[in-house]
Amino acid sequence: MATAREIQRRIQSIRNLGQVTRALQAVAASKVRKAQAATLATRAYAHAAWEVIIHLGAAADESLHPLLTRRVPVQSILLVLIAGDRGLCGAYNQNIVRTALDFVKRRGLPVSYITVGQRGRDMLWRMGAKIVADFHGLPAVPGIAEVSAIAHAAIDEFLEGRADEVYLARTDFINMLVQKPVIQRLLPLRPTELGDQAMAEYVQDIRAANVTEYIYEPDAATILGTVLPRFTELQVYQAILEAEASEYAARMVAMRNATDNASALVEELTLDYNKARQRAITREILDIAGGTEALAQAMAARA
Amino acid sequence: MGLKLTIVSPERELYSGEVDLVVAPGIEGELGILPQHAPLITQLDEGELYTRTGQEEQYFAIHGGFIHVLPDRVTVLADVAERAEEIDIERAERARERALELLRSAPPEERRLTELALRRSRIRLKVARRRRRRRPTPTTMDEGLAAPEI
Repeated sequence: MATAREIQRRIQSIRNLGQVTRALQAVAASKVRKAQAATLATRAYAHAAWEVIIHLGAAADESLHPLLTRRVPVQSILLVLIAGDRGLCGAYNQNIVRTALDFVKRRGLPVSYITVGQRGRDMLWRMGAKIVADFHGLPAVPGIAEVSAIAHAAIDEFLEGRADEVYLARTDFINMLVQKPVIQRLLPLRPTELGDQAMAEYVQDIRAANVTEYIYEPDAATILGTVLPRFTELQVYQAILEAEASEYAARMVAMRNATDNASALVEELTLDYNKARQRAITREILDIAGGTEALAQAMAARA
Repeated sequence: MGLKLTIVSPERELYSGEVDLVVAPGIEGELGILPQHAPLITQLDEGELYTRTGQEEQYFAIHGGFIHVLPDRVTVLADVAERAEEIDIERAERARERALELLRSAPPEERRLTELALRRSRIRLKVARRRRRRRPTPTTMDEGLAAPEI
Protein backbone atom coordinates (compact mmCIF):
# COMPACT_ATOMS: atom_id res chain seq x y z
CA MET A 1 0.00 0.00 0.00
CA ALA A 2 1.38 3.37 -1.06
CA THR A 3 1.93 5.94 1.61
CA ALA A 4 -0.08 9.16 1.71
CA ARG A 5 2.93 11.16 0.56
CA GLU A 6 3.52 8.95 -2.50
CA ILE A 7 -0.12 9.21 -3.51
CA GLN A 8 -0.02 12.95 -3.10
CA ARG A 9 2.95 13.20 -5.43
CA ARG A 10 1.12 11.17 -8.08
CA ILE A 11 -1.97 13.36 -7.79
CA GLN A 12 0.16 16.43 -8.34
CA SER A 13 1.84 15.03 -11.45
CA ILE A 14 -1.44 13.89 -12.97
CA ARG A 15 -2.98 17.25 -12.24
CA ASN A 16 -0.10 18.90 -14.13
CA LEU A 17 -0.57 16.52 -17.04
CA GLY A 18 -4.26 17.39 -17.11
CA GLN A 19 -3.40 21.05 -17.34
CA VAL A 20 -1.10 20.40 -20.29
CA THR A 21 -3.70 18.37 -22.17
CA ARG A 22 -6.34 20.99 -21.41
CA ALA A 23 -4.11 23.67 -22.93
CA LEU A 24 -3.44 21.52 -26.00
CA GLN A 25 -7.18 21.01 -26.34
CA ALA A 26 -7.83 24.74 -26.29
CA VAL A 27 -5.10 25.43 -28.83
CA ALA A 28 -6.42 22.73 -31.15
CA ALA A 29 -9.96 24.07 -30.86
CA SER A 30 -8.96 27.55 -31.97
CA LYS A 31 -6.91 26.17 -34.85
CA VAL A 32 -9.82 24.09 -36.09
CA ARG A 33 -11.82 27.27 -36.44
CA LYS A 34 -9.00 29.05 -38.24
CA ALA A 35 -8.45 26.22 -40.69
CA GLN A 36 -12.18 26.01 -41.37
CA ALA A 37 -12.43 29.72 -42.03
CA ALA A 38 -9.47 29.49 -44.40
CA THR A 39 -11.11 26.60 -46.27
CA LEU A 40 -14.29 28.60 -46.70
CA ALA A 41 -12.33 31.60 -47.95
CA THR A 42 -10.87 29.55 -50.84
CA ARG A 43 -14.32 28.69 -52.22
CA ALA A 44 -14.79 32.01 -54.00
CA TYR A 45 -11.60 31.56 -56.01
CA ALA A 46 -12.37 27.91 -56.75
CA HIS A 47 -15.75 28.90 -58.11
CA ALA A 48 -14.32 31.67 -60.28
CA ALA A 49 -11.50 29.47 -61.58
CA TRP A 50 -13.99 26.75 -62.49
CA GLU A 51 -15.99 29.21 -64.42
CA VAL A 52 -12.95 30.17 -66.47
CA ILE A 53 -12.02 26.54 -67.12
CA ILE A 54 -15.56 25.67 -68.17
CA HIS A 55 -15.78 28.72 -70.42
CA LEU A 56 -12.49 27.80 -72.02
CA GLY A 57 -14.16 24.65 -73.21
CA ALA A 58 -11.87 22.47 -71.19
CA ALA A 59 -14.75 20.27 -70.17
CA ALA A 60 -15.27 19.20 -73.76
CA ASP A 61 -11.78 18.77 -75.14
CA GLU A 62 -9.16 16.91 -73.19
CA SER A 63 -6.43 17.25 -75.79
CA LEU A 64 -6.32 20.99 -75.21
CA HIS A 65 -3.78 20.77 -72.45
CA PRO A 66 -1.48 18.01 -71.09
CA LEU A 67 -2.92 18.38 -67.59
CA LEU A 68 -6.32 17.40 -68.99
CA THR A 69 -5.10 14.48 -71.07
CA ARG A 70 -6.01 11.02 -69.90
CA ARG A 71 -3.40 8.31 -70.49
CA VAL A 72 -4.43 4.81 -71.41
CA PRO A 73 -3.40 2.42 -70.00
CA VAL A 74 -2.36 3.84 -66.66
CA GLN A 75 0.97 2.30 -65.78
CA SER A 76 1.96 4.03 -62.58
CA ILE A 77 0.35 6.33 -60.08
CA LEU A 78 1.47 8.99 -57.68
CA LEU A 79 -0.20 9.50 -54.34
CA VAL A 80 0.05 12.74 -52.41
CA LEU A 81 -0.45 11.71 -48.80
CA ILE A 82 -1.50 14.49 -46.47
CA ALA A 83 -0.96 13.55 -42.83
CA GLY A 84 0.22 15.37 -39.74
CA ASP A 85 3.64 16.31 -38.41
CA ARG A 86 2.80 15.31 -34.88
CA GLY A 87 0.96 12.68 -32.92
CA LEU A 88 -1.35 13.17 -29.93
CA CYS A 89 -4.31 13.25 -32.30
CA GLY A 90 -5.93 9.87 -31.86
CA ALA A 91 -6.02 7.66 -34.94
CA TYR A 92 -5.85 10.55 -37.42
CA ASN A 93 -2.50 9.62 -38.99
CA GLN A 94 -3.11 5.87 -38.94
CA ASN A 95 -6.51 6.27 -40.59
CA ILE A 96 -5.31 8.27 -43.56
CA VAL A 97 -2.29 6.02 -44.13
CA ARG A 98 -4.45 2.91 -43.94
CA THR A 99 -6.98 4.36 -46.41
CA ALA A 100 -4.16 5.30 -48.78
CA LEU A 101 -2.60 1.84 -48.61
CA ASP A 102 -5.96 0.14 -49.20
CA PHE A 103 -6.48 2.30 -52.25
CA VAL A 104 -3.01 1.54 -53.62
CA LYS A 105 -3.53 -2.17 -53.08
CA ARG A 106 -6.83 -2.07 -54.95
CA ARG A 107 -5.26 -0.30 -57.90
CA GLY A 108 -2.41 -2.83 -58.00
CA LEU A 109 -0.07 -0.48 -59.92
CA PRO A 110 3.45 0.74 -59.23
CA VAL A 111 3.07 3.69 -56.92
CA SER A 112 5.25 6.51 -55.71
CA TYR A 113 4.43 8.96 -52.95
CA ILE A 114 4.71 12.60 -52.10
CA THR A 115 4.24 12.96 -48.38
CA VAL A 116 3.07 15.99 -46.48
CA GLY A 117 3.67 15.63 -42.74
CA GLN A 118 6.31 13.66 -40.87
CA ARG A 119 4.00 11.01 -39.45
CA GLY A 120 2.79 9.82 -42.84
CA ARG A 121 6.31 9.88 -44.23
CA ASP A 122 7.69 7.82 -41.32
CA MET A 123 4.98 5.20 -41.64
CA LEU A 124 5.51 4.81 -45.39
CA TRP A 125 9.27 4.88 -44.99
CA ARG A 126 9.20 1.98 -42.55
CA MET A 127 7.29 -0.05 -45.14
CA GLY A 128 9.91 0.71 -47.76
CA ALA A 129 7.58 2.74 -49.99
CA LYS A 130 9.00 4.89 -52.77
CA ILE A 131 8.84 8.50 -51.62
CA VAL A 132 9.77 11.03 -54.30
CA ALA A 133 9.28 14.16 -52.23
CA ASP A 134 8.56 15.02 -48.64
CA PHE A 135 7.14 18.23 -47.19
CA HIS A 136 6.77 18.97 -43.51
CA GLY A 137 6.80 21.75 -40.99
CA LEU A 138 4.01 23.71 -42.66
CA PRO A 139 2.57 26.47 -40.49
CA ALA A 140 -0.74 25.74 -38.76
CA VAL A 141 -2.83 27.54 -41.37
CA PRO A 142 -0.54 27.88 -44.42
CA GLY A 143 -0.84 30.39 -47.23
CA ILE A 144 -1.03 29.21 -50.82
CA ALA A 145 2.60 30.23 -51.40
CA GLU A 146 3.70 27.61 -48.88
CA VAL A 147 1.85 24.76 -50.53
CA SER A 148 2.39 25.59 -54.18
CA ALA A 149 5.70 23.69 -54.17
CA ILE A 150 3.80 20.54 -53.25
CA ALA A 151 1.42 20.98 -56.17
CA HIS A 152 4.30 21.66 -58.54
CA ALA A 153 6.15 18.54 -57.44
CA ALA A 154 3.02 16.55 -58.34
CA ILE A 155 2.53 18.36 -61.64
CA ASP A 156 6.16 17.69 -62.62
CA GLU A 157 5.87 13.99 -61.86
CA PHE A 158 2.76 13.87 -64.02
CA LEU A 159 4.02 15.93 -66.94
CA GLU A 160 7.33 14.12 -67.10
CA GLY A 161 5.51 10.82 -67.40
CA ARG A 162 6.67 9.26 -64.17
CA ALA A 163 3.06 8.98 -63.08
CA ASP A 164 0.00 8.62 -65.31
CA GLU A 165 -2.44 9.58 -62.60
CA VAL A 166 -2.07 11.61 -59.44
CA TYR A 167 -4.25 11.17 -56.36
CA LEU A 168 -4.62 13.13 -53.18
CA ALA A 169 -5.16 11.34 -49.88
CA ARG A 170 -6.68 13.79 -47.45
CA THR A 171 -9.00 13.78 -44.46
CA ASP A 172 -12.31 15.55 -44.84
CA PHE A 173 -13.63 17.49 -41.92
CA ILE A 174 -17.23 16.42 -41.34
CA ASN A 175 -17.60 17.76 -37.81
CA MET A 176 -15.65 17.94 -34.56
CA LEU A 177 -16.15 14.23 -33.89
CA VAL A 178 -16.07 12.79 -37.40
CA GLN A 179 -13.29 13.11 -39.95
CA LYS A 180 -13.32 11.00 -43.06
CA PRO A 181 -10.21 9.93 -45.01
CA VAL A 182 -10.81 10.25 -48.75
CA ILE A 183 -8.88 9.69 -51.97
CA GLN A 184 -9.41 12.26 -54.67
CA ARG A 185 -8.01 12.35 -58.18
CA LEU A 186 -5.88 15.39 -58.82
CA LEU A 187 -4.50 14.76 -62.31
CA PRO A 188 -5.46 14.52 -65.09
CA LEU A 189 -8.07 17.15 -64.34
CA ARG A 190 -11.50 16.02 -65.41
CA PRO A 191 -13.86 18.90 -64.87
CA THR A 192 -16.94 16.92 -65.85
CA GLU A 193 -16.60 13.98 -63.48
CA LEU A 194 -15.73 15.62 -60.20
CA GLY A 195 -17.19 13.81 -57.24
CA ASP A 196 -17.20 16.95 -55.16
CA GLN A 197 -20.82 17.94 -54.65
CA ALA A 198 -20.05 21.63 -54.37
CA MET A 199 -18.16 21.50 -57.66
CA ALA A 200 -20.96 19.71 -59.44
CA GLU A 201 -23.30 22.51 -58.41
CA TYR A 202 -20.90 25.12 -59.76
CA VAL A 203 -20.76 23.40 -63.11
CA GLN A 204 -24.52 23.34 -63.41
CA ASP A 205 -25.22 26.97 -62.73
CA ILE A 206 -22.32 27.99 -64.95
CA ARG A 207 -23.66 26.05 -67.91
CA ALA A 208 -26.97 27.84 -67.67
CA ALA A 209 -25.31 31.22 -68.15
CA ASN A 210 -23.11 30.17 -71.03
CA VAL A 211 -21.79 32.79 -73.42
CA THR A 212 -20.44 31.64 -76.76
CA GLU A 213 -18.11 34.26 -78.16
CA TYR A 214 -15.10 35.17 -76.11
CA ILE A 215 -12.11 37.34 -76.72
CA TYR A 216 -8.95 35.72 -75.40
CA GLU A 217 -5.76 37.59 -74.67
CA PRO A 218 -3.22 36.33 -75.59
CA ASP A 219 -5.08 33.08 -76.61
CA ALA A 220 -7.12 30.26 -75.09
CA ALA A 221 -4.24 27.76 -74.88
CA THR A 222 -1.95 30.16 -73.03
CA ILE A 223 -4.64 31.08 -70.56
CA LEU A 224 -5.45 27.43 -70.00
CA GLY A 225 -1.75 26.78 -69.52
CA THR A 226 -1.66 29.17 -66.57
CA VAL A 227 -5.09 28.58 -65.11
CA LEU A 228 -4.78 24.78 -64.88
CA PRO A 229 -1.61 24.66 -62.74
CA ARG A 230 -3.15 27.39 -60.58
CA PHE A 231 -6.25 25.35 -60.17
CA THR A 232 -4.26 22.24 -59.28
CA GLU A 233 -2.42 24.27 -56.66
CA LEU A 234 -5.72 25.42 -55.30
CA GLN A 235 -7.00 21.87 -55.00
CA VAL A 236 -3.91 20.84 -53.07
CA TYR A 237 -4.28 23.94 -50.92
CA GLN A 238 -7.90 23.18 -50.13
CA ALA A 239 -7.04 19.56 -49.35
CA ILE A 240 -4.32 20.65 -46.94
CA LEU A 241 -6.56 23.13 -45.16
CA GLU A 242 -9.27 20.52 -44.88
CA ALA A 243 -6.74 18.03 -43.50
CA GLU A 244 -5.46 20.61 -41.02
CA ALA A 245 -8.98 21.20 -39.73
CA SER A 246 -9.41 17.43 -39.35
CA GLU A 247 -6.09 16.99 -37.60
CA TYR A 248 -6.82 19.68 -35.07
CA ALA A 249 -10.33 18.36 -34.50
CA ALA A 250 -8.90 14.87 -33.90
CA ARG A 251 -6.30 16.32 -31.56
CA MET A 252 -8.91 18.30 -29.70
CA VAL A 253 -11.01 15.21 -29.08
CA ALA A 254 -7.98 13.15 -28.06
CA MET A 255 -6.87 15.85 -25.66
CA ARG A 256 -10.33 16.25 -24.20
CA ASN A 257 -10.42 12.52 -23.47
CA ALA A 258 -7.00 12.77 -21.87
CA THR A 259 -8.13 15.70 -19.73
CA ASP A 260 -11.24 13.82 -18.65
CA ASN A 261 -9.19 10.75 -17.81
CA ALA A 262 -6.79 12.85 -15.80
CA SER A 263 -9.55 14.35 -13.68
CA ALA A 264 -11.14 10.92 -13.14
CA LEU A 265 -7.77 9.59 -12.03
CA VAL A 266 -7.21 12.54 -9.71
CA GLU A 267 -10.59 11.85 -8.10
CA GLU A 268 -9.78 8.19 -7.54
CA LEU A 269 -6.37 8.94 -6.18
CA THR A 270 -7.77 11.59 -3.86
CA LEU A 271 -10.01 8.91 -2.31
CA ASP A 272 -6.98 6.64 -1.90
CA TYR A 273 -5.02 9.48 -0.42
CA ASN A 274 -7.75 10.26 2.14
CA LYS A 275 -7.94 6.60 3.10
CA ALA A 276 -4.19 6.37 3.49
CA ARG A 277 -4.08 9.54 5.53
CA GLN A 278 -6.95 8.35 7.78
CA ARG A 279 -5.20 5.03 8.24
CA ALA A 280 -2.02 6.77 9.34
CA ILE A 281 -3.94 8.93 11.82
CA THR A 282 -5.79 5.96 13.27
CA ARG A 283 -2.51 4.12 13.69
CA GLU A 284 -0.98 7.05 15.51
CA ILE A 285 -3.97 7.45 17.82
CA LEU A 286 -3.81 3.74 18.62
CA ASP A 287 -0.13 4.12 19.42
CA ILE A 288 -0.79 7.06 21.74
CA ALA A 289 -3.76 5.37 23.35
CA GLY A 290 -1.70 2.20 23.87
CA GLY A 291 1.14 4.24 25.36
CA THR A 292 -1.18 6.06 27.73
CA GLU A 293 -2.76 2.82 28.81
CA ALA A 294 0.64 1.26 29.48
CA LEU A 295 1.73 4.31 31.43
CA ALA A 296 -1.47 4.27 33.50
CA GLN A 297 -0.96 0.58 34.35
CA ALA A 298 2.62 1.19 35.37
CA MET A 299 1.56 4.06 37.64
CA ALA A 300 -1.18 1.90 39.17
CA ALA A 301 1.29 -0.93 39.80
CA ARG A 302 3.70 1.39 41.63
CA ALA A 303 1.00 2.93 43.79
CA MET B 1 -26.59 49.98 -64.55
CA GLY B 2 -23.33 48.95 -62.99
CA LEU B 3 -20.91 46.11 -63.23
CA LYS B 4 -20.83 43.41 -60.61
CA LEU B 5 -17.18 43.10 -59.65
CA THR B 6 -15.63 40.29 -57.64
CA ILE B 7 -11.95 40.22 -56.77
CA VAL B 8 -10.67 36.92 -55.38
CA SER B 9 -7.28 35.48 -54.56
CA PRO B 10 -6.79 31.82 -53.63
CA GLU B 11 -6.77 32.76 -49.97
CA ARG B 12 -9.80 35.02 -49.77
CA GLU B 13 -12.38 37.22 -51.44
CA LEU B 14 -11.16 40.83 -51.44
CA TYR B 15 -14.05 42.66 -52.92
CA SER B 16 -17.55 42.07 -54.13
CA GLY B 17 -19.92 44.81 -55.20
CA GLU B 18 -21.23 47.12 -57.91
CA VAL B 19 -18.90 49.50 -59.72
CA ASP B 20 -19.15 51.80 -62.75
CA LEU B 21 -15.68 51.22 -64.16
CA VAL B 22 -12.80 48.78 -63.72
CA VAL B 23 -9.30 49.48 -64.97
CA ALA B 24 -7.10 46.39 -64.84
CA PRO B 25 -3.46 45.68 -65.75
CA GLY B 26 -3.97 43.27 -68.68
CA ILE B 27 -0.98 41.35 -70.01
CA GLU B 28 -1.32 43.17 -73.33
CA GLY B 29 -1.92 46.59 -71.87
CA GLU B 30 -4.20 48.35 -69.48
CA LEU B 31 -7.87 47.46 -69.82
CA GLY B 32 -10.72 49.80 -69.10
CA ILE B 33 -13.98 47.94 -68.63
CA LEU B 34 -17.40 49.54 -68.65
CA PRO B 35 -20.75 47.77 -68.47
CA GLN B 36 -21.71 45.85 -71.62
CA HIS B 37 -18.13 44.96 -72.44
CA ALA B 38 -17.69 42.02 -74.80
CA PRO B 39 -16.99 38.67 -73.09
CA LEU B 40 -13.25 38.47 -72.48
CA ILE B 41 -10.78 36.30 -70.62
CA THR B 42 -7.26 37.55 -70.28
CA GLN B 43 -4.18 37.19 -68.16
CA LEU B 44 -3.23 39.97 -65.80
CA ASP B 45 0.17 41.50 -65.38
CA GLU B 46 1.44 42.83 -62.08
CA GLY B 47 0.08 46.24 -61.49
CA GLU B 48 -2.58 48.48 -60.20
CA LEU B 49 -6.27 47.81 -60.53
CA TYR B 50 -8.77 50.51 -59.79
CA THR B 51 -12.49 50.86 -59.76
CA ARG B 52 -14.78 53.85 -59.85
CA THR B 53 -18.26 54.02 -58.38
CA GLY B 54 -19.75 57.49 -58.68
CA GLN B 55 -17.05 59.74 -57.27
CA GLU B 56 -15.39 57.07 -55.23
CA GLU B 57 -12.24 55.31 -56.39
CA GLN B 58 -10.70 52.17 -54.97
CA TYR B 59 -7.24 50.84 -55.59
CA PHE B 60 -5.83 47.33 -55.46
CA ALA B 61 -2.37 45.92 -56.06
CA ILE B 62 -2.57 42.83 -58.28
CA HIS B 63 0.32 40.46 -58.84
CA GLY B 64 -0.67 38.31 -61.80
CA GLY B 65 -3.77 36.25 -62.43
CA PHE B 66 -6.78 36.45 -64.75
CA ILE B 67 -9.75 38.57 -65.43
CA HIS B 68 -13.04 37.18 -66.68
CA VAL B 69 -15.35 39.77 -68.21
CA LEU B 70 -19.01 39.34 -69.06
CA PRO B 71 -21.40 42.14 -70.06
CA ASP B 72 -22.79 42.53 -66.55
CA ARG B 73 -20.03 41.21 -64.33
CA VAL B 74 -16.28 41.04 -63.93
CA THR B 75 -14.32 38.48 -61.95
CA VAL B 76 -10.69 39.06 -61.09
CA LEU B 77 -8.73 35.94 -60.14
CA ALA B 78 -5.54 37.33 -58.72
CA ASP B 79 -2.56 35.20 -57.74
CA VAL B 80 -1.82 37.70 -54.98
CA ALA B 81 -3.86 40.83 -54.30
CA GLU B 82 -4.06 43.54 -51.71
CA ARG B 83 -6.31 46.48 -51.04
CA ALA B 84 -4.55 49.82 -50.95
CA GLU B 85 -5.55 50.25 -47.30
CA GLU B 86 -3.88 47.01 -46.31
CA ILE B 87 -0.46 47.81 -47.65
CA ASP B 88 2.17 48.61 -45.07
CA ILE B 89 4.10 51.41 -46.74
CA GLU B 90 7.12 51.17 -44.49
CA ARG B 91 7.40 47.47 -45.04
CA ALA B 92 7.06 47.85 -48.81
CA GLU B 93 9.67 50.60 -48.70
CA ARG B 94 12.07 48.38 -46.79
CA ALA B 95 11.43 45.54 -49.24
CA ARG B 96 12.18 47.88 -52.13
CA GLU B 97 15.46 49.00 -50.60
CA ARG B 98 16.44 45.45 -49.82
CA ALA B 99 15.67 44.42 -53.40
CA LEU B 100 17.72 47.33 -54.78
CA GLU B 101 20.61 46.38 -52.53
CA LEU B 102 20.43 42.75 -53.59
CA LEU B 103 20.23 43.71 -57.22
CA ARG B 104 23.56 45.45 -56.94
CA SER B 105 25.31 42.56 -55.23
CA ALA B 106 23.43 39.47 -56.44
CA PRO B 107 24.90 37.02 -58.95
CA PRO B 108 23.08 37.07 -62.31
CA GLU B 109 21.13 33.85 -61.70
CA GLU B 110 19.40 35.41 -58.69
CA ARG B 111 18.79 38.68 -60.42
CA ARG B 112 15.50 37.66 -61.98
CA LEU B 113 13.86 36.88 -58.63
CA THR B 114 15.14 40.09 -57.15
CA GLU B 115 13.81 42.07 -60.05
CA LEU B 116 10.41 40.50 -59.49
CA ALA B 117 10.53 41.39 -55.81
CA LEU B 118 11.50 44.93 -56.73
CA ARG B 119 8.60 45.25 -59.14
CA ARG B 120 6.19 43.98 -56.55
CA SER B 121 7.29 46.42 -53.93
CA ARG B 122 7.12 49.27 -56.43
CA ILE B 123 3.55 48.40 -57.34
CA ARG B 124 2.61 48.15 -53.70
CA LEU B 125 4.07 51.54 -52.99
CA LYS B 126 2.38 53.10 -55.96
CA VAL B 127 -1.02 51.75 -54.97
CA ALA B 128 -0.58 52.58 -51.32
CA ARG B 129 0.39 56.19 -52.10
CA ARG B 130 -2.77 56.66 -54.16
CA ARG B 131 -4.73 55.94 -51.06
CA ARG B 132 -2.70 58.54 -49.13
CA ARG B 133 -3.30 61.27 -51.65
CA ARG B 134 -7.03 60.75 -51.54
CA ARG B 135 -7.30 61.19 -47.81
CA PRO B 136 -9.46 64.17 -46.83
CA THR B 137 -7.01 65.43 -44.20
CA PRO B 138 -3.33 65.58 -45.12
CA THR B 139 -1.32 63.04 -43.20
CA THR B 140 1.57 65.34 -42.38
CA MET B 141 2.05 63.82 -38.96
CA ASP B 142 2.56 60.32 -40.33
CA GLU B 143 4.83 61.51 -43.07
CA GLY B 144 6.80 63.66 -40.68
CA LEU B 145 7.43 60.62 -38.54
CA ALA B 146 8.32 58.37 -41.43
CA ALA B 147 10.66 60.83 -43.09
CA PRO B 148 13.84 60.90 -40.91
CA GLU B 149 16.44 58.47 -42.10
CA ILE B 150 17.84 56.25 -39.41
